[in-house]
Amino acid sequence: MQNKAIQVKGLQKSYKKLHVLKGVYFEVEKGSIFALLGSNGAGKTTIIKILTTLLKQDSGVTTVNGFDVTSKPDNVRQSISLTGQFAAVDEILTGRENLIMIAKLRHLTNPRQIADNLLKRFGLIDAADRRVSTYSGGMRRRLDLAMSLVGKPQLIFLDEPTTGLDPEARIEVWKIVKELADNGTTVFLTTQYLEEAEQLADRIAILHEGRIIANGTLAELKKLFPPVKVEYIEKQPTLEEIFLAIIGKEEEK
Amino acid sequence: MEATKRHFFSDMGAMLGRSMRHITRSMDTIITVTIIPIAMMLLFVYVFGGAIQAGTDNYVNYLLPGIMLMAIASGTAYTAFRLFLDMQRGIFERFHSMPIERSTVLWGHVLTSLVSNTISVVVILLVALIMGFRSSAGVLSWLTVAGILALFTLALTWIAVIPGLTAKSVDGASAFSYPLLFLPFISSAFVPTESMPPIVRAFAENQPVTSIVEAIRALLSSQPVGNNLWIALVWCLGIHLVAYVFAMWIYRHKAA
Ligand SMILES: Nc1ncnc2c1ncn2[C@@H]1O[C@H](COP(=O)(O)OP(=O)(O)OP(=O)(O)O)[C@@H](O)[C@H]1O
Ligand SMILES: [Mg+2]
Repeated sequence: MQNKAIQVKGLQKSYKKLHVLKGVYFEVEKGSIFALLGSNGAGKTTIIKILTTLLKQDSGVTTVNGFDVTSKPDNVRQSISLTGQFAAVDEILTGRENLIMIAKLRHLTNPRQIADNLLKRFGLIDAADRRVSTYSGGMRRRLDLAMSLVGKPQLIFLDEPTTGLDPEARIEVWKIVKELADNGTTVFLTTQYLEEAEQLADRIAILHEGRIIANGTLAELKKLFPPVKVEYIEKQPTLEEIFLAIIGKEEEK
Repeated sequence: MEATKRHFFSDMGAMLGRSMRHITRSMDTIITVTIIPIAMMLLFVYVFGGAIQAGTDNYVNYLLPGIMLMAIASGTAYTAFRLFLDMQRGIFERFHSMPIERSTVLWGHVLTSLVSNTISVVVILLVALIMGFRSSAGVLSWLTVAGILALFTLALTWIAVIPGLTAKSVDGASAFSYPLLFLPFISSAFVPTESMPPIVRAFAENQPVTSIVEAIRALLSSQPVGNNLWIALVWCLGIHLVAYVFAMWIYRHKAA
């Protein structure tokens, strides 16, 4: 039995002269939530594109659900779903039509029913028959997520799922992600919000200058943080401080 | 591969369903596409018509084939435009990360182009009828004309796919159609080539628009078509083939 949803070994990728990934290693357990943290331009989207067969890697061994992404992209696509950094919805169609279209493309038997259920679940029933071009940013993002859940894929990639959402909508998305994981779906998400990783992830990896410089549970990462001088108030380091401290250490080397 | 091949037609159906909604919900593009050719037709018939010696008593009959080609050329610019938007908005990435037959993503756009251009051509045909266009052609001739126009549309659409996939801006995506819009002027579409200076005439007589226009004109007026039909078909098929191969090659590279 294969209990790893994702295995990445020595992954490298350059865009022309820009060496973005310089040997990335990590694994994701089935059924867990894995957060990849990194600043702008760190290469998070690049990793997601490689894992979802949209981009070819230069070298390394990358397997998703046991299938090699380079030699078995079709098998990989059968079991994954992607919510990209920018909402991938059809503006001219209605919310319902978007969902039905995806259900048809996934060759499911009852597209209307599936669309109905998802519209309910994501609070889009009232807007279901309006064109997506009239949706707010938050509604668009919810529809985008709903489209990714069509067909109940085993592994879901979310590239900065809450960027640009207001706090309420963000908590809404977090709830959905937690529900997914409770139902056994593996979630791979990227984020720049350290709080988001703290809230959701079973494991957190930090991508910096082309490599994973830290990888562990929140508790493990906290141990990496240099002990705080406690004076009057006991203070736990936040992930933000850990992140900055680790990046700081890397830069000193 | 096996699993995805079997789904070609159902994926195609889903993509076509999407495209058809795009057309029916943007009928204004049909107006944008047809308005200039119709204006040209009005201008040439009612303003310049009297001065042009086309050798026919019904100048609308003479003009119509060229006007239809113009409309198709400007219509295919919308394919480039739609494709460009799809690339920008990331819906391609969603499709490409799904287990679908990838080429159906492009074919959806190509068939959309065929349908919307058919609508444009019908609109122009209706306006021409009001303006006095008459044809003695039989069913077979009309079908042949429809076939040539469809092939011409497909050929230009596959050309349009190339800037649609590679353009850096919206304007860049549709700029390819400007030279195509001018080709009818340097052909026998509006005036017979005999009146042109030698060099222009040589170009006009050997470029695709002239043979296509002449073939359609002959078919619609029940005249013998001669070689023009074959030359027109060879042009359309040739352009189609080259553009298709090139577009698919770019698409495969872009879609990794
Ligand atoms: N198609 C491309 N061609 C050239 N360079 C690229 C391309 N895509 C990304 N890059 C560069 O690669 C680097 C990593 O990009 P990537 O999008 O993976 O970062 P990211 O971590 O997702 O950033 P962000 O948080 O801003 O989304 C950036 O410097 C970016 O400019
Ligand atoms: Mg990114």
